[in-house]
Amino acid sequence: MATVIVDVMLKPEIHDPQGEAVLGASHRLGFGNVTAVRQGKRFELEIDGPADGAALAAVEELARELLANPVIEEFSLHPAD
Amino acid sequence: MSDEDTVEVAAGTPDRPQPFAELGLTKQEYEKIRHLLGRRPTAAELALYSVMWSEHCSYKSSKVHLRQLAPGEQQSEALLAGIGANAGVVDIGQGYAVTFKIESHNHPSFVEPHQGAATGVGGIVRDILAMGARPVAVMDALRFGPADAHDTARVLPGVVSGISFYGNCLGLPNIGGELAFDPCYAGNPLVNALCVGVMRHHDLKAAVATGPGNKVVLFGSRTGPDGVGGASVLASATFEGAGGEGKAAKRPSVQVGDPFMEKLLVECCLELYASGLIEGIQDLGAAGVACATTELSAGGSGGMRVTLDDVPLRDPTLSPAEILMSESQERMMAVVTPANVRAFLEVCARWDVEATVIGEVTGDGMLTMTWRGGTVVSIPPETAADGPVYQRPMARPADLDALQAGTPDGLDRPKDGQGLRAALLALLGSPDLADKSWVTAQYDRYVRGDTVLAMPEDGGLLRVDERTNLGIALATDGNGRYCRLDPYLGTRLALSEAYRNVAMTGARPVAVTNCMNFGSPEDPAVMWQLAEAVRGLADGCRELGIPVTGGNVSLYNQTGSNAIHPTPVIGVLGVHEDVRRRLGAGFTTDGARLVLLGTTGEEFGGSAWAHVLHAHLGGRPPAPDLPSERRLATLIAQAAAAGLLSAAHDLSDGGLAIALAESCLSGGRGCRVSLNGDPFAGLFSESPARAVVCVSPGREPEFAALCEANEVPATVLGTTGGEALAVEGAFDIPVAELRKVWEGTLPALFG
Repeated sequence: MATVIVDVMLKPEIHDPQGEAVLGASHRLGFGNVTAVRQGKRFELEIDGPADGAALAAVEELARELLANPVIEEFSLHPAD
Repeated sequence: MSDEDTVEVAAGTPDRPQPFAELGLTKQEYEKIRHLLGRRPTAAELALYSVMWSEHCSYKSSKVHLRQLAPGEQQSEALLAGIGANAGVVDIGQGYAVTFKIESHNHPSFVEPHQGAATGVGGIVRDILAMGARPVAVMDALRFGPADAHDTARVLPGVVSGISFYGNCLGLPNIGGELAFDPCYAGNPLVNALCVGVMRHHDLKAAVATGPGNKVVLFGSRTGPDGVGGASVLASATFEGAGGEGKAAKRPSVQVGDPFMEKLLVECCLELYASGLIEGIQDLGAAGVACATTELSAGGSGGMRVTLDDVPLRDPTLSPAEILMSESQERMMAVVTPANVRAFLEVCARWDVEATVIGEVTGDGMLTMTWRGGTVVSIPPETAADGPVYQRPMARPADLDALQAGTPDGLDRPKDGQGLRAALLALLGSPDLADKSWVTAQYDRYVRGDTVLAMPEDGGLLRVDERTNLGIALATDGNGRYCRLDPYLGTRLALSEAYRNVAMTGARPVAVTNCMNFGSPEDPAVMWQLAEAVRGLADGCRELGIPVTGGNVSLYNQTGSNAIHPTPVIGVLGVHEDVRRRLGAGFTTDGARLVLLGTTGEEFGGSAWAHVLHAHLGGRPPAPDLPSERRLATLIAQAAAAGLLSAAHDLSDGGLAIALAESCLSGGRGCRVSLNGDPFAGLFSESPARAVVCVSPGREPEFAALCEANEVPATVLGTTGGEALAVEGAFDIPVAELRKVWEGTLPALFG
């Protein structure tokens, strides 16, 4: 048993209306020092066996296929500590 | 000091190579720009001309043909603004004006289906808003590759979710449209979005920048690198110095829509209009700031001076060329008198819409833009706005004779009642004709509370005035198979079907919009198809006595050398004098007399039957009959107003068989009919100018007299009622069985 974390973010050049909404709300709540927000997704995948190279490669394939939309998003993955 | 490519730099470095080809300009076009300016263009000017002279903005290949669509006197009585405006505007009486337009977002919807389709809705809504109207509804005409193809399972759900996301968040009902499948659209889905808006006559706004000294205000979302692809070549070493340091190469990035910002923009604009704070207005769509500044100044009296440094940016690294080309969504540009600027900005602030003065109207006839102190654009705006006009070579497609010779006459026809029954069920369950609820259930059809009819009715119907019950009806239609066989006839058929669908609600058709979806204009066969389609639309509208008020041309819809079927999608707008008297398609009462209106020939070229049962496409499409369509429409409107009918449904794909099945399904009851002559032709022929109607009990003689007065042939078919669709001597199909077949198809395909 191991856990693999996949973080999905919009590519930097892609417009993020949700992040902008969070930024606006931050200012309204008095957190004036926040200057930019980008919002993404985090997945925690439990897998059988160790998080070795083969397992990570499989998760990477899954991320490209299902978890992220490669046209507008990028992702990174790593085993949980 | 700026290292930007200014007008002075350009004048001093005439031989610097420029990436015009990468920006989509030909050598001749580039030379023409140099000739117009008397020097080489700056990087920003090159970007501006490249987008303004693109096929999408300039209509350079289609313009020579589109001229035929200018309405004649008999067609233009009700027209308040026509082709060339952001959208056409039609007088519908009682002081109301309606503006509507259909536009394509085909390619973006293939690349990123959800965002592509969503921003397609956003773009057409801003077009309608820019005319001064409140957007009140949307429709979508969708075409995809084979329903069971792997990529269709990616594209279709994404497109539908994008449309529903944007439209539902924006609070606009989606009242109809189309869904069709054909292998020719694999890799080239057609996503055509229509929006309709309503205003009072005096609310009409113009896209012009007049009055030197007036301020130019950009408002809405910030400008980012959205949709900027070509501009990246301008950031190459050529312009950034030989150090190769420059900026990182930018990929074309998908535009992402924000419907909540659009909603603020809609309400903000409507308040600005109502407060009289706007002299001219333009939405930002393709080609963004380049297009808005060029068109506003070319349409106005003088010139315009813009300080590009003042454009609010989401990404501070953007170059002037990228700012000009950016397609960031949810932006508008207004011309405001200096005295009104403060009030204008206050209204924007109240709606939480960022607004910035970026320039002013001048009297020098030039569009001038500065950046970090240097002049990066200095052009006569009309030279960019007018663009080149091409007479492209045309040739009848080489395979058309063979295609037309391969008639459906030799195809195996059903020989008995069992065969007819099986054919009906096969058609009813085919993806093109099956229940569309899987799609339409994702759209809000009733938000705003004025929707009278929506999918699956023939046309959408909206109430405009809740005291007088004045309403408007809308339908879109297109048939790529008919147009492949004969684009002239096929386009007239699409027009007549949309016209008929609007008429079925009891409305009087008054105006036309169109979206011309074709392959590459550089293919003479495609150009011939486009020319024939436009000629068909122009002739058809003249015969029907209604004007084309605007539209959109989408070319290069092809994969390799395989173009899509020529697919003009025609939208028709109608006026309904009293929406309480509307007609639906469903059989809602038992024992009502069913009457077939119109004449049935034996017409199977391009038919749903040949397509579904035999995968056959050949012969000639049905013969359109516009005078008969006109008489049929008049008859239905009169009969609806007099309360003589309880239902009306047009006959189109799949003929009488499918029309009867749909009306049974919609009304939840069967019917019993008997047919004279060959039951196969009677059930499946696709002759136009036909409808099936339910006559209100006791009103049969009046209706018969009205048919005679309007010279519409009427044949009594039978009566409504019972649990089955029954055709005497052929078959009985329980409505429950029809429903199972009809409703099962799309969920089985898309989950």
